[in-house]
Amino acid sequence: MTDALYSLSISELAPLLARREVSPVEVTEQLLERIERLDGALHAYLTVDGAGARAQAKEAEARLGQGEATPLTGIPMALKDVLITRGLRTTCASRILENFVPPFDATVCAKLRQAGAVFLGKVNMDEFAMGSSTENSAFGPTHNPWNRECIPGGSSGGSAAAVAADFCIASLGSDTGGSIRQPACHCGVVGLKPTYGRVSRYGLVAYASSLDQIGPLTKEVRDAALLLNCIAGHDHRDSTSLDAAVPDYLEGLGRGIKGLKIGVPREYFGAGLNPEVDAAVQNALKTLEGLGAELVEVSLPHSEYAVAVYYLVAVAEASSNLARYDGVKYGFRGEGRNLLEMYGATRTQGFGAEVRRRIMLGTYALSAGYYDAYYRKGSQVRALIRGDFETAFEKCEAVATPVSPTPAFRLGEKVSDPLTMYLSDIFTISANLAGIPGISVPCGFSASGLPIGLQLMGPPLGEATLLQAAYAFEQATDWHRRKPQL
Amino acid sequence: MEYEAIIGLEIHAELLTASKIFCGCATTFGAPPNTQVCEVCLGMPGSLPVLNQKAVEFALKMALATDCRINEESVFARKNYFYPDLPKGYQISQYELPLAEHGHLDIRAGGETRRIGITRIHLEEDAGKLIHSEHRPVSFVDFNRTGVPLIEIVSEPDMRTPEEAVEYFKGLRNILLYLGICDGNMEEGSLRCDANISLRPMGQSEFGTKAELKNMNSFRFVKQALEYEIKRQRALLEAGKEIVQETRLWDTAQGQTASMRGKEETHDYRYFPDPDLVPVRIEAAWLEDLKAGLPELPTAKGQRFQEQYGLPAYDAEVLTGDKALADYFEACVKEFPQPKQVSNWIMVELLRELKTQDAGIAACPVTPGALGKLLALVEKGTISGSLAKKVFEEMWATGKDPEAIVKEKGLEQISDAGALEAAAQEILAAHPKEVADYQAGKTKVMGFFVGQLMRKTKGQANPQLANEIFQRLLE
Repeated sequence: MTDALYSLSISELAPLLARREVSPVEVTEQLLERIERLDGALHAYLTVDGAGARAQAKEAEARLGQGEATPLTGIPMALKDVLITRGLRTTCASRILENFVPPFDATVCAKLRQAGAVFLGKVNMDEFAMGSSTENSAFGPTHNPWNRECIPGGSSGGSAAAVAADFCIASLGSDTGGSIRQPACHCGVVGLKPTYGRVSRYGLVAYASSLDQIGPLTKEVRDAALLLNCIAGHDHRDSTSLDAAVPDYLEGLGRGIKGLKIGVPREYFGAGLNPEVDAAVQNALKTLEGLGAELVEVSLPHSEYAVAVYYLVAVAEASSNLARYDGVKYGFRGEGRNLLEMYGATRTQGFGAEVRRRIMLGTYALSAGYYDAYYRKGSQVRALIRGDFETAFEKCEAVATPVSPTPAFRLGEKVSDPLTMYLSDIFTISANLAGIPGISVPCGFSASGLPIGLQLMGPPLGEATLLQAAYAFEQATDWHRRKPQL
Repeated sequence: MEYEAIIGLEIHAELLTASKIFCGCATTFGAPPNTQVCEVCLGMPGSLPVLNQKAVEFALKMALATDCRINEESVFARKNYFYPDLPKGYQISQYELPLAEHGHLDIRAGGETRRIGITRIHLEEDAGKLIHSEHRPVSFVDFNRTGVPLIEIVSEPDMRTPEEAVEYFKGLRNILLYLGICDGNMEEGSLRCDANISLRPMGQSEFGTKAELKNMNSFRFVKQALEYEIKRQRALLEAGKEIVQETRLWDTAQGQTASMRGKEETHDYRYFPDPDLVPVRIEAAWLEDLKAGLPELPTAKGQRFQEQYGLPAYDAEVLTGDKALADYFEACVKEFPQPKQVSNWIMVELLRELKTQDAGIAACPVTPGALGKLLALVEKGTISGSLAKKVFEEMWATGKDPEAIVKEKGLEQISDAGALEAAAQEILAAHPKEVADYQAGKTKVMGFFVGQLMRKTKGQANPQLANEIFQRLLE
């Protein structure tokens, strides 16, 4: 039982660890060796913390021996490099934070440590989570484990690739406009974006504060539920975190979906949807129906404005959130003969092109004379989009849609065309604007062998239903069992 | 042409909360640089603010004390600008929906009472402090002050003279101290004042172009800066020139204001609601509790001093113009229950001494109890009124008890008729001419005899008794 421990999910590994049939040290060593040997070709990791991981694994082993383990004790994980880790370099894939070693832990990291998880290291992403392909990383892109020529999705591309390539047992990412669900879809793994406020944002480096949310990327649905059990809940250090009880997300997993009303929004199946994606998702809908779900047609009429609204609200918040990187206190500092020159050099050299573009867009959207036309208007349309979902959820308990309009595109294909790139998030952005949860589960492959995902979105705090439905779908299919050949 | 000045003030008051507005760091003034900081007030990536309820409570007290309308829901906004003392690149403040609006404060200036409108009171965080090296072209930043809670109190442009502006500012400071929510220390910057001032021809209704004045850290400087600015703007207008809208810094050494930045350099702060904080909701019940718990404020206290102690309005106003002084008065009256006499002593002797020493009542070395005892000694006839002033000076210098000083220096009034009579006889014998004058009807020389006796007894003779003795001996 010592072969390929790296390929296991949490749900498969935890019982072996609990029965002490395998040791967390052994699993950790296997993964470190595998990363060392194979990540050169994918570049999922930005920082591998071998010493830290080994120490945590030893602690976990002791804890398992004392019978004080949790289901996450000894589980080696990869963390998106936007999550603050005490004593472990956190770069946000940006030059400006290249050598930043935080003096504190994000709440989710502290919770995982407390549960006994092992941190293998920090994984790649689009700089400051701005992007859909991980090509905006200042340290080079991550490759899709299913096809090295393709993007892994983004911004949590490193997380998704590391899970798909068995470079970790599970991972955490963050999702501002689809950054967990879209890469999960492109890498053929499970990705859950919880309700806004369900998971504390404390220690998540902010991109767009009113949209950002941390969530798991995992090999199977049950693992996502396990991780959510650990990281969800109110945090007094995050004023926007919800003070709502955390249910046991494992509880509903076996219940099936007989009679569950699933809405199919017609706006998500129009022109521009890749036929292979369309076919796979239609197939998935049939599977859900076959499992007893009742499909109902719903309408989300303001969906067409989602991308535009997102690129006003998100960039406005980003322009302010990223003002702190000024070369004064930490991180990269450019040279200048005076303060203004130093600011200019720091931010021009420290940030990549996409980050600079979004800061400029956001600065413009908030400027005197433009605020009402852009930021305020954007906030108003956002309320309409939220209203669409409220109306839809009067008729159903979840809606099913594609995650991304196409399978993973090729590296470099959209780099010079930001507008097309922005449109790849068209199906995921609405959930962030509305603050509702969404999950991506594997539902097929393209002819060229690239994964396709199904998205389920639910009402606020509807994670349990989403996990229940996704689990039922997963049990009825075997897409999640396929592994890429590295 | 006659011009009228239009003045409005923006007052920033640091609140006396134990911890900062969005984190748990201490707010103690004068701690070594960067020892009261954490990831939140340093604006580290990933950190988030959490509102200190005490800061809201303090701000609400000020809003209630100035009759503001309190918004049921107010919103924190980000004020975006770059400066090294601002670690996040934005200040968390309030913009569209402040905590409170539409209040007022009544002031007395030029013999009349005027009502000055308060536009708004909002909460915000303070910035850090830059320390410039004297030896190298290097600046350092101390972030201890970053995140200390501030309230900004914005007035309507309702003041017409520098005196009114100073009275308004003093009035606000007094209320802050009464409420115990700000230490009012202008030198340390816990209380700061910016002024907007413009001139317009008397009788004209629209405002002229204004200048914003900064860096006035005492009442005197506020007055001087406004006076200077009125002169400067008037000279420009009279010369047919235009006033430039700009920010000007008061230069204490030069006694003038100088341009800091013009209108074109004005920041576009790009305010927007802070997505890291939820709207502040003020429960009616909380507000009722706060209202019920407000201390007695200056106006009410002044009224009470008139009624309870029978003081004239002027005395009541002076005494309640400073909470510490009012408290001092009341403590003193407890020891010596003759309010008008206490008031006289405080207003004449005590305030003069404080003024000479340039000190506040808090620095007064004479306790109210000791002053009460001193007045009681005069009342009992143990010492004379004029000696009491000397004893008071001694009390101020040494902090000693009046009784001890009187005993130690042998200052007790001599009321022993036998001893005084012997001395009086000596005096009469030594001044036959004056005795003859008296007997010729020049009774005014009586003063001379008493004065001689006082000299002889080093001022300790009971003056009334001395009079009686001389009268008896001369008849």
